[in-house]
Amino acid sequence: MDQPLYQFLIIPAVKIVAILAVLLLVVAYLTFFERKVLAYLQVRLGPNRVGPKGWLQPIADAFKLLVKEDLIPSKAERFVFLLAPCLIIVPALLVWSVIPFTGETTVFGLLSEPIPAYLTDINIGILFVLGVSSVGVFGIILGGWASNSKFSLMGGLRSAAQMVSYEVPMGFAVVSVLLMAGSLSLVRIVEVQREAHMWFFLPGILALGIYFICGVAETNRNPFDLPEAESELVAGFHTEYSGMKFALFFLAEYANMLVIGSLVAVLFFGGWLRPFPNVEFLAFLDVIPPFFWFASKVGVVIFIYMWFRGTFPRYRFDQLMAVGWKWLLPLSLANVAVIALGILVKNHLLKG
Amino acid sequence: MSDDKPTPSPEEQPGAAKAAPASQEEAPPKPPWEDKPVPPVPSDAADDPDVAALAAGVEDAVVEAVAFADQVTVTIPREKVLEACRFLKEERGFSFLVDLTAVDWPEREEGRFDVIHWLHRFEDNRRLRLRTVVAEGEPVASVTGVWKTANWLEREAYDMFGIHFEGHPNLERILTWEGFNGHPLRKDFPVEGIDTGAAIYPDVYPQGGGPMVDGEEKEGA
Amino acid sequence: MGGPLEPLFDVEEMELSFGPQHPATHGVLRVQLKLDGEKILDARPIIGYLHRGTEKLFEQEPFNQCIPHTDRLDYIAAPTNNQGFVVTVEKLLGITIPPRAAYIRMILAELGRISSHLLWLATHAIDLGAITPFFYTFREREEILDLFEAYCGARLTLNAMRVGGLPYDLPDGWVERCAEMMEAFPAHIDEYETLLTENRIWKKRTVGIGVISAEEAIDWGLTGPPLRGSGVKWDIRKVFPYDRYDEVDFEVPIGKNGDTYDRYLVRMEEMRQSVRIIQQCMDRLPDGPIMAKVPKVLRAPEGMVYASVEAPKGELGYFIVTTPKGSQPYRCHVRPPSFVNLQSLPVLVDGLLVADLVAVIGTLDIVLGEIDR
Repeated sequence: MDQPLYQFLIIPAVKIVAILAVLLLVVAYLTFFERKVLAYLQVRLGPNRVGPKGWLQPIADAFKLLVKEDLIPSKAERFVFLLAPCLIIVPALLVWSVIPFTGETTVFGLLSEPIPAYLTDINIGILFVLGVSSVGVFGIILGGWASNSKFSLMGGLRSAAQMVSYEVPMGFAVVSVLLMAGSLSLVRIVEVQREAHMWFFLPGILALGIYFICGVAETNRNPFDLPEAESELVAGFHTEYSGMKFALFFLAEYANMLVIGSLVAVLFFGGWLRPFPNVEFLAFLDVIPPFFWFASKVGVVIFIYMWFRGTFPRYRFDQLMAVGWKWLLPLSLANVAVIALGILVKNHLLKG
Repeated sequence: MSDDKPTPSPEEQPGAAKAAPASQEEAPPKPPWEDKPVPPVPSDAADDPDVAALAAGVEDAVVEAVAFADQVTVTIPREKVLEACRFLKEERGFSFLVDLTAVDWPEREEGRFDVIHWLHRFEDNRRLRLRTVVAEGEPVASVTGVWKTANWLEREAYDMFGIHFEGHPNLERILTWEGFNGHPLRKDFPVEGIDTGAAIYPDVYPQGGGPMVDGEEKEGA
Repeated sequence: MGGPLEPLFDVEEMELSFGPQHPATHGVLRVQLKLDGEKILDARPIIGYLHRGTEKLFEQEPFNQCIPHTDRLDYIAAPTNNQGFVVTVEKLLGITIPPRAAYIRMILAELGRISSHLLWLATHAIDLGAITPFFYTFREREEILDLFEAYCGARLTLNAMRVGGLPYDLPDGWVERCAEMMEAFPAHIDEYETLLTENRIWKKRTVGIGVISAEEAIDWGLTGPPLRGSGVKWDIRKVFPYDRYDEVDFEVPIGKNGDTYDRYLVRMEEMRQSVRIIQQCMDRLPDGPIMAKVPKVLRAPEGMVYASVEAPKGELGYFIVTTPKGSQPYRCHVRPPSFVNLQSLPVLVDGLLVADLVAVIGTLDIVLGEIDR
């Protein structure tokens, strides 16, 4: 009686709380990180006034957004207008239930038996991630529509078209990894990379590129930030949002960035594994906890995101579509075919 | 830097030497900036090639031609504006309309307004000014068909002076709003402005409303 | 069957009021758009939100007191505005200014041009989504504004010129400071260019966008970089030299295709040429007075005079009409380059997308202060 309750209720609950707390903190500091990175790219200092070296800036931002007046445009579709931020933040957080950010842990020796640090490992993990994160687009479309503003509506429409079209090549890029891993479970994918003595970015370099570009588009980041293109659509789908509702859009964007970063790490760079996990003389690297490896991989991806933002102008809508359908989709299809063929050759011809 | 008499030596300033040859010699003539300014004087410019061509090409087009400060001003009758402009563009190569504006002379007998066209020719960078005397309420032909530039400039002249340009595709107010009562650059318009009231009490000036209201009905003239 | 297909949905054009409060309209420009999806069917610029009656004010004040009003026309490049006005009045009064004054005027005007182009580049890039050049250009623009401040105490509305010359001489060390800046500046231009010129997305967004042929450009009265971008080699500084522009050596860059990208290249090159002009001016800067001998009260002969200068945005002309012995303009019309250039917006954006509208507004480099006056 004691055991099941402990296992099925308390541990997951603790884990959920821990993941959420850490995630929200990370997201908050991600904004700080981004502002600092952009600032240094742009020969300026960035936030440096609130707290020591500006470290309390995200807290101040969050506080400001919380106490800000919460405006609802008088002609807005009230219920949908309120629903939209929830629709976008919930999937962005829900995805984290399956992301394996580290292997098993004893929580610094507190537990006698190691338990998985991630919330759960379901056998269709990657499918779950793709499916749930697609729900987020509804938040954007509905938010854009319900605002009853033409700029918001156009932002919402742009975003719908963009996310739908980029999800296809993204899916194919994932498929090529799945072919190599032979499993949909994210934990299993990492394990396969350990067993295969190879991270998947080597055979899947093209898939990695496609996945990354699509990830940028999926999260509406520069150079694909058309749904919220400031200079064209004022602020796109969240033009009319203020206060905490705006903050939810904002948080969701960063949480999604983290998801894409994590998936890049998991699918292509061996998740929480250290470099060369099977090479014995590098075993001293194991003193560094696996979570660090995971976080640094994600961090690099996120940094590239910010680098993009500091470097690129924005695509035009039709060009964006052209890139997605005319380049990425055929490329990703070809990539799947090539990888499938490669696996076929490896499994049958070489062994036979 | 010193405030005393200029001592430019030509070796140091090749540029200054050309513009002020007087300063090379010790004995004054003074350089022009030390002297009293010499204002330009108007002179007759009927023999200017463009003016002559205009007089020959368009009947009765040239009433008067004056050169002032190297700029030729041709006065043309109101009826001939379009014809003269066409002629100057097509036959004389004035392909560029630099400026179009108006001047208000409320006391003048022959007509209250001067409409000014300021033309440019690229081949030899010549400019020519056309002046048309227009009385209040009289229309003047629009030259939008000749130079597209004229469109907004005529709208501006209409807005500011109330000069009606006949044949303009879209003669609306441009800097003030539809429904504004008055023409601000007329001399009898007070500098401190008028109480339009339009923005605050839309029903006071029903034909337009404030600047944020799209005027469904346009003001006639 | 037969006949055109009925649209499945109720299709209608969308009217979108782009501005007057919009991040990309560079002020209070409003563009009334008719859209089919994102395609622009019709664009109608609506201006006048910043109308202050400057031309009316000119009529009320003595010539020298008009100069502060000119600052507020194109408030990005105040020196060229001052210059245009004083050059016109000097022409009317027959004043020749001392060479030192002319050279200092040219230095200030070219600094103003650089600062205006820097602001243009910053906003144009940010309109197209590249945020970083903004901070790079503002770093240099800040230095230029500091130079202005050191010269006359103001940073934006300089009021830096007088009829007959200049109000102040250059302070000590100013020339050295300016020379130092000009020494370093071409490298900074290269820096901006590395960010944009060969950037594929930048090219995709600008090449072939907002194309206008040379004939069309002339017909629409475009001047300045938009005209030169279409390949017309025409610059007031060369054609009707004022101050001492005939004595300095510089090129007039032109484009080929008349698109946004060419106009971008033209402006980038113009900044380099401005640096050249400034360096030549500083090398030749003669000693001597900075004011011509002009009477305290300026009295003009009767007549009408138009004179123009090459402002950063195009030909900035002042048309002044005076009455006999007039101590103030009877009528002063400003020919603002932005006003005339903006007129061609509907042609430039015809059939393009909303995103291109932003690019085209940026490439015209308009300032509403001078459009609305």
